[in-house]
Amino acid sequence: MSTVNAAINNSTPPASFARGYSYRLCWLLIALATFYLSSNAKAIAKSLDMRWLVKYPSAWKLPIKDHISAFMQWLVEVAHFGFFSFTDLTRGISWLIEQPYNLALSLFSTGLLSGVGSDAIQLLPPLSWIAVVLAVIALGHYAKDWWLAALCGSAFVYLAVFGQWNSAMVTLASIAIAVPMGVALGLLLGIAIFRHAWVDRVMSPVLDLMQTIPVFAYLVPILFMFGFGPVSALIATIIYAMPPMVRMTALALRGVNDEVRDLGVMVGCTDRQLLWRVLIPVARPGLMVGVNQVIMLSLNMVIIASMIGAGGLGYDVLTSLRKLDIGGGIEAGIAIVVLAVALDRLSQAIVDRQGSERRSSAITVDQHFLRRYPRLVMVLVVAVLLSLLGVVSPFFQAYPESAQITTGQFWQDKVSFININYFDDLEVFKDAVLIWFLLPIKRFLLGIPWPWGLVLITLIAAHFGGWRLAFLTFLLSGFIVVNGLWLKAMTTVYLCGASVIIASLIGIPLGIWAALNKTAGRIIGVFIDTLQTLPSFVYLIPVVMLFRVGDFTAMIAVVLYALAPAVRYAAHGIRSIDPQLIEAGTVSGCTPRQLLTRIRLPLAYPEILMGINQTIMLALSMLVITALVGTRDLGQEVYIALTKADVGRGIVAGLSVAFIAIIADRIIVAGARRARQRYAPSTLNQ
Amino acid sequence: MKKLLSSAILIAATSSLYIAPAQAEVESKDPIKLTLHDWTGQLITTNIMAEVLKEAGYNIELVQADYIAQFAGLKTGDLHVAMEMWETTGRDAMDEATATGNVENVGETGMQAIEDWWYPLYMKEKCPGLPDWQALNDCAEEFATTETAPNGRYLGGPVTWGGFDDERVEALEMDFEVVHAGTDAALFAELESAYQRKAPIVLWVYSPHWAPSKYEGEFVEFPPYSKECYNDPAAGSNTSALYDCGKPRGPIWKVAWSGVKDKWPGAHKLIDGFTIDNDEMGAMVAAVDLENETVEDVVAAWMKDNEARWSTWGE
Repeated sequence: MSTVNAAINNSTPPASFARGYSYRLCWLLIALATFYLSSNAKAIAKSLDMRWLVKYPSAWKLPIKDHISAFMQWLVEVAHFGFFSFTDLTRGISWLIEQPYNLALSLFSTGLLSGVGSDAIQLLPPLSWIAVVLAVIALGHYAKDWWLAALCGSAFVYLAVFGQWNSAMVTLASIAIAVPMGVALGLLLGIAIFRHAWVDRVMSPVLDLMQTIPVFAYLVPILFMFGFGPVSALIATIIYAMPPMVRMTALALRGVNDEVRDLGVMVGCTDRQLLWRVLIPVARPGLMVGVNQVIMLSLNMVIIASMIGAGGLGYDVLTSLRKLDIGGGIEAGIAIVVLAVALDRLSQAIVDRQGSERRSSAITVDQHFLRRYPRLVMVLVVAVLLSLLGVVSPFFQAYPESAQITTGQFWQDKVSFININYFDDLEVFKDAVLIWFLLPIKRFLLGIPWPWGLVLITLIAAHFGGWRLAFLTFLLSGFIVVNGLWLKAMTTVYLCGASVIIASLIGIPLGIWAALNKTAGRIIGVFIDTLQTLPSFVYLIPVVMLFRVGDFTAMIAVVLYALAPAVRYAAHGIRSIDPQLIEAGTVSGCTPRQLLTRIRLPLAYPEILMGINQTIMLALSMLVITALVGTRDLGQEVYIALTKADVGRGIVAGLSVAFIAIIADRIIVAGARRARQRYAPSTLNQ
Repeated sequence: MKKLLSSAILIAATSSLYIAPAQAEVESKDPIKLTLHDWTGQLITTNIMAEVLKEAGYNIELVQADYIAQFAGLKTGDLHVAMEMWETTGRDAMDEATATGNVENVGETGMQAIEDWWYPLYMKEKCPGLPDWQALNDCAEEFATTETAPNGRYLGGPVTWGGFDDERVEALEMDFEVVHAGTDAALFAELESAYQRKAPIVLWVYSPHWAPSKYEGEFVEFPPYSKECYNDPAAGSNTSALYDCGKPRGPIWKVAWSGVKDKWPGAHKLIDGFTIDNDEMGAMVAAVDLENETVEDVVAAWMKDNEARWSTWGE
């Protein structure tokens, strides 16, 4: 979160409380009281005849969701700006996005069509599969080397051989539109945040909301506004995938060394030159983390986007899993991963290359076109040639169906083998985790009566962040209470909390390992990319088969999904430590262990924290998926609202999820600030 | 590029001139958008409807959309026809939409939805007396897991499907605990898992669906459903509770944007005339999901065999 960075720069001390013996005793008493209340609240409420203590009475609920639904209806049906209505505006936007999308779609999948619907006539065929594979190989070679070319080429050949080609091209078309838009918008917003403090203040909560409100909550309003079809899916994808780009842009720009900036000013750069010629090139590694996230998150939305008309690989995953065709689901899911890996590596390589090209800027402008772009010319010639050949033999147009292979049966057999032979062992393991880890947390959290919970969370916020944070926390959690969502919110906290603990325990060591060991780094990188882009639906079904419907299954899904940022940010933090500091440590005789605990970890602390923050965010955004295996949390509430197309209910539940995230984020950041001031004042000025 | 585009438009204009007279006269050549969801039966019904409309000369577009979220599009006219709206799961959303006047219920598809408690046949050995619900209750412990013991575990459908299973367990005083699966994929994943191990399971199954044809099993027989049972506590064995009986079996409806009737009256008649029954559908669903035939092939075969039937739908 950007607030991590703000926290680092912020040197004002936290509100000072009387510390010392009595203060600590006070907290001990509060903790004891909480435990006591949590286990006895029901009995107390019964003896006092105050049932409202444990169950918020429905008569006290505020009708916020009804107001939101009414407002939405007004917006879509009545709102008018004089010359045009609100609906005209949103439909105009969706028309604008639809044009490039249609072009991309016809290029990759449908061919150039005239007319609409089943009457449409194909004027030009789409790009032949051979041409696309060749183009990708050429691009890989252009961007880096033959290795990358081989990687990208084999990725796309996989798509053809495993019969995923058509769907993959539909998905590619939507990614080709969503990612550039998300990156561009994110970059601009990030720059605005970097330049103007007020934009930062406005955007920071908006970004938090964009990242934490579950997609299902705003799907229905988007459909109302932008109409049914791929464009709405694109817009939802962009909203979901953009925030990391904004955050990383701001973070990377702020992280540029002051000396570099001063140099830029000294040689007489204008503001614009300073930004585009100095700051952004220097900040490129950070920006690329953002681009990587946009690509990964866009591909992550593929499943949800397919629910509202995007089609493509996401739709294949959904349909095969509804048939319990696990193999089919895995193949389509891996196709998404393969696409993600190829796109990500390509985009990174291209940006790296442009960086080095600029340095050796001896580009001769007067060279012949063919000389300057040999690959482009070759690919174009081959594409045209293949299109012509395609008329004669369909092999050149589409990969022949008879040559496709499938591993479906293999996966099916694997899962059923494990199921038949190891189900009982797994059941024992699951029961142990449930009884010793999950259920105690659940019982404790759900037992806390809501008035005490409200007081407690406010006190905690006051302890870490002073009265302002306490006030914010009180308001946000109050919102959850007055909407009657307290118990569901606590279920959410329990499920996400448990998952984040496990994800951090696994993820941070993995990240550190990845940073210290190159081979391990590469393998872990692939593993993480796979986890983040493989639609959770793919592994959810086998997991359900092995562990049954329930909290444990939901937890596995959340951990697998939310692991990525914990690993990635930890690795990024360790890697970006100034090598001179490590050298200094080595020279002064540090053991590797000391290097890690005394130098690397403290210096990487901000990034690791940001990783945990992001893990919480992702865990919360995964709630909808946990709803798919039948939990009774806020995610389920959002899901129910979606299936009933109830705008207000969905948004209120979505906001509650977001507020939990914001409270957690603010308290962690404030706590980290305190800890740093107390333990390691010398590493503060990074 | 510009040149290419303009020549493309030229070709388009001329080609549509040549082709238009060759087809039957219809009211509008704008595409009728039919929605596709994510279960096979619905794909088949929709494709059959699309083929019939195409035969009549209409322009068709198939659009993927969510089962409930599609109503947003049906209300505004972005989408036009949805072929399967189940009484049991879609009734509320459908009523809400038709109340606005922008969406119309075009009548029954002819298929009946069955949704009830279901067990695999091998459970009969362990629980003599099945399919009677009391016999099921007598061996509830067979179905217990660590989380639900000593009660049996019943795997219900997603909360959003309704069905009043929690109330039913309460009203019939059954020793079962209801656990809700979040999606039907999760539901059938558990069934597949249990079936492979021949492990005890009782869960929500619905028909028409491929599961009853793939797995051998039966629906539990509850006291038969009646309106009174759902409305009047006094009815049924438990005189102080509702839902002390089985679930209603309801039709699957066809739904359309209200504008369809005016814009494509002929198509509206065809949609209105569409009927198909459970057995036909079950066979086609099994052909696709279990024998891996494509939806297109199955639909084409049906169209060929039933030409006499669908050609009368528009009358």
